Amino acid sequence: MSGRIKVPYLFVIPVLMFGFGYLMVPLYDLLCDITGLNGKTGSISIAEASQLDVDQDRLVKVEFLGTVNDEAPWEFGPEVGSMMVHPGKQYQTSFVATNTVNETVVGQAIPSVAPGKAATYFNKTECFCFNQQTFEPLESREMPLVFVIDPGLPESIDTVSLSYTFFDANGLVSK
Amino acid sequence: MNAAATEADHHHGPAPGLMRWVTTTNHKDIGTLYLWFSLIMFFIGGLMALIIRSELFQPGLQIVDPHFFNQMTTMHALIMIFGVVMPAFVGLANWMLPIMIGAPDMALPRMNNWSFWILPFGFGIMLSTLFMDGGGPSAGWTLYPPLSLQTGDAFPYLIFSIHMLGVSSIMGAINIVATIMNLRAPGMTFMKMPLFVWTWFITAYLLIAVMPVLAGAVTMLLTDKFFGTSFFNAAGGGDPVMFQHIFWFFGHPEVYILILPSFGLVSEIIPTFSRKRLFGYSSMVYATASIAFLSFIVWAHHMFTVGMPLTGELFFMFTTMLIAVPTGVKVFNWISTMWRGAMTFETPMLFALGFVVMFTIGGFSGLMLAMTPIDFQYHDTYFVVAHFHYVLVPGAIFGIVAGVYYWLPKWTGNMYNETLGKVHFWTSTVFVNILFFPMHFVGLAGMPRRIPDYAVQFADFNAIATVGAFGFGFSQILLLVLVIKCIRGGEKATDQVWEGAQGLEWTLSSPPPYHSFSVQPVIK
Amino acid sequence: MKNIQRVSGTLLGAVLLVFSGSALADWQLNLTEGVTEISREVYGMHMMVLWICVAIGVVVFGAMFYSILKHRKSQGATPATFHESVVAEVSWTVVPFVVLIAMALPAAKALIKMEDTSNSDLTVKVTGHQWKWEYEYVDSGVRFFSSLDTASREASARDSGIDVHSVDNYLLDVDNRLVLPVGKKIRFLLTSNDVLHAWWVPAFAIKKDAIPGYINGMWTNIDEEGVYRGQCAELCGKDHGYMPIVVEAVSQDRYDEWVGEQLAAAEAEANSADKEWTMDDLMAKGEAVYGTSCAACHQGNGQGIPGVFPALAGSPMALGDIKTHIDIVINGKAGSAMQAFGAQLSDVDIAAIVTYERNAWGNDTGDVVQPSAIKAQR
Repeated sequence: MSGRIKVPYLFVIPVLMFGFGYLMVPLYDLLCDITGLNGKTGSISIAEASQLDVDQDRLVKVEFLGTVNDEAPWEFGPEVGSMMVHPGKQYQTSFVATNTVNETVVGQAIPSVAPGKAATYFNKTECFCFNQQTFEPLESREMPLVFVIDPGLPESIDTVSLSYTFFDANGLVSK
Repeated sequence: MNAAATEADHHHGPAPGLMRWVTTTNHKDIGTLYLWFSLIMFFIGGLMALIIRSELFQPGLQIVDPHFFNQMTTMHALIMIFGVVMPAFVGLANWMLPIMIGAPDMALPRMNNWSFWILPFGFGIMLSTLFMDGGGPSAGWTLYPPLSLQTGDAFPYLIFSIHMLGVSSIMGAINIVATIMNLRAPGMTFMKMPLFVWTWFITAYLLIAVMPVLAGAVTMLLTDKFFGTSFFNAAGGGDPVMFQHIFWFFGHPEVYILILPSFGLVSEIIPTFSRKRLFGYSSMVYATASIAFLSFIVWAHHMFTVGMPLTGELFFMFTTMLIAVPTGVKVFNWISTMWRGAMTFETPMLFALGFVVMFTIGGFSGLMLAMTPIDFQYHDTYFVVAHFHYVLVPGAIFGIVAGVYYWLPKWTGNMYNETLGKVHFWTSTVFVNILFFPMHFVGLAGMPRRIPDYAVQFADFNAIATVGAFGFGFSQILLLVLVIKCIRGGEKATDQVWEGAQGLEWTLSSPPPYHSFSVQPVIK
Repeated sequence: MKNIQRVSGTLLGAVLLVFSGSALADWQLNLTEGVTEISREVYGMHMMVLWICVAIGVVVFGAMFYSILKHRKSQGATPATFHESVVAEVSWTVVPFVVLIAMALPAAKALIKMEDTSNSDLTVKVTGHQWKWEYEYVDSGVRFFSSLDTASREASARDSGIDVHSVDNYLLDVDNRLVLPVGKKIRFLLTSNDVLHAWWVPAFAIKKDAIPGYINGMWTNIDEEGVYRGQCAELCGKDHGYMPIVVEAVSQDRYDEWVGEQLAAAEAEANSADKEWTMDDLMAKGEAVYGTSCAACHQGNGQGIPGVFPALAGSPMALGDIKTHIDIVINGKAGSAMQAFGAQLSDVDIAAIVTYERNAWGNDTGDVVQPSAIKAQR
């Protein structure tokens, strides 16, 4: 009769779908990169940044926020709370982190931007979040951040909040 | 049992004694096993529900501590979904699908045996976690990280048991697809298949497609916890929200897995007792297929509050609202089937009618939840609890119970006690509404879900719901009594059982022979 | 089928009668209208959809019940033979589709408004912790934790013997309220310290998840002064039901005054760390701080929960070396649920807690720990 199916083929579907579950991970990252879905920021080289046109007529407020995850033994926060910036121009600021325990610790700062729509326009040329940071016992350190806001930032956005969350990265395999 | 004996059984009926059930490859035996297993799990999961409702009877903590409360809500959901509704559907499919399409048995009988026998072990492991250090899983059945990663020793056992349940479901689903594709009797074309067969055919594809995705998601949780990966850990570049996307990519088709076969059951029962052909057969098939298709593109409506971009929220709102169209078509078709029929109201019909009314109420609240701006108010409140219990209890479970009453005389050869059946229907229906309807009110008034204790202004409706819960729970003992009585004897059932019944299953004797269709039927 | 409504109606009525005796009966059935433009819009949409559903329900169930009453075999009905109708099937596909579009349009409009966080007057960063909220006024620097109040905490214990009806705003009250000015666009930035939480105040119709490592934005603009209560709305572990939200909306003047008081208090707190405290003062403060920060796990009586949270009464930790004790409070204990409280609590708070734990519940060490000792050990 018509429409007979070879049963082994049916087993291929679950195997493929199991793979699809894992494929959703890079797909999701790709979607985030394009849409700024989860507030992940962009990064560009210094050369690219200097090519951008500076919009002298427009001022955007950039807020800096620091959070320490999981009550870890750090103090962490921005040096200045906010800055008024021109899109297209490079600015430098820094965050300060202090290790409050008497042992060496490794931290990783994770950026996130609100509103999410602004994330793809927020570009860093230099950031302490690119790498894991190792702190000697009780060490306190200023960590620089150089950023530029893409002049293409939608007109409706007047404030961009940049948040860093400082995670304990001891024993973590970085992805 | 040796090969010769198996061969002999194959021709002469079941093996004697308990080994019959362990080694059986007969679709009716396995169907029976699935149905009994599901009934037992229904009482275990129900007991957990009663513990939850007892704690919520009054404000303040009286019976359990919050940690144990969370374990109860988590386990109640896992058991009811994977241990009750799904096995009950597979049991009904095992019993009836081959008969309804004129096949001698399921296409893969040995695998059928395995897919059942994995289940008791899977649930044995899952239930044993309750006695482990740190208790059972308590992060909700959705297992959202990072909270689920705080689970104690139970965690790897939980993941392993979910894998076992997944393997069982996938094998069962493959078996059903293979049976429908390959073993239909001559003349049983696709568009002549009974609706229960159709809905299961589509459900089986959903299962094959999404259970592996769940397996992938929980495996990622496992490696995140024990092997240092960072799929869902922001510190390593992951995102906890991604778990929710993967989970609900499984989870939304899953909720249709839990309802589509009930649609099929109701579509069998209403025409029988209306003595009239099902209205709009082909639109029923297309509606089921479009619901299944839409289920893959609406998942993020479970996560409107995670902070998606506006376009995402709008997209998922529109697609979700679209589901109302094919679902509406189904309801209209059922009512048109009844229209100008000649109805009688035996217990299966009563449960089917209860299904139509109360499932529709659940559908209405579903439509309200679909609208993103209002969903911000409803999300994670008792309004949601009311919604999904309306579609799952008087929805999916009433459908299953209707199916059981409908085919019980066929299975046992005896009529069940109609009076007892009607009492069961009316007590269940009254109490299920006392149980779940007030949840709409407390939800709208602001009571979050998954809390062991609540502010005093929610007290009265919670007390009412608890009364309903006990009433509903104890009503189900009637079902157990009725089924046992029916197996032991009663008025002999005719082959056709119901006056208006149509279809191949009613051409066999009641009960049917151990091996159905010694002569292959031909459908004209 | 008519019976079902009558029977359930009567039963419900009977049950209602039994419970209406309770003095605190509150029969709120519906969504709150709230106190913001958005919340009223949401309420309006909710009512619109509700009535649309009721109307559809009346038509659908009406047809169904009519059929059940009239087209029954016992009434002598003979079945008709029709089983399809293109006109009917097309129309009940198209008509709902049109109704849905009519519903979706205002929803989309409202959603666009809700997602626009620009031009805000004030930013509050909200951080979810297991199980309390932390608020930080980004512009003025005021920062504090907000936990379940002690009265609710004590009454909520399993064998407390306290009638929860006697506690004002049981489970909906906090020690430190979030104070906000009315008539201003307030932007919230949400994040979490540990697991997922969700910040929800029904009167503002805003709810959003707090996610570790990420920030989410939302906004409100409160019209009326008053106290508004909400709760965490995402399962976050054992005490998910015990982290309420209380917002006090005040005039701009009162708000400015309040910010001034908070800044002054923070400075005073920093100064008081240098002063010598008496045992009685430390014990009194310690009991209060213990109630909001420690009692959730270690319990009010210091007995903990066996197998899950260790007891402090008679514990070698609380009776042994003071420095170790302080260290665990400040830095937490790795691999356990014990958090590091160093960042959340002031020197005075920690000194008070440690003193309290070393002298309460029969732990009569007589030790008095001064804030200066905490400062030295940080």
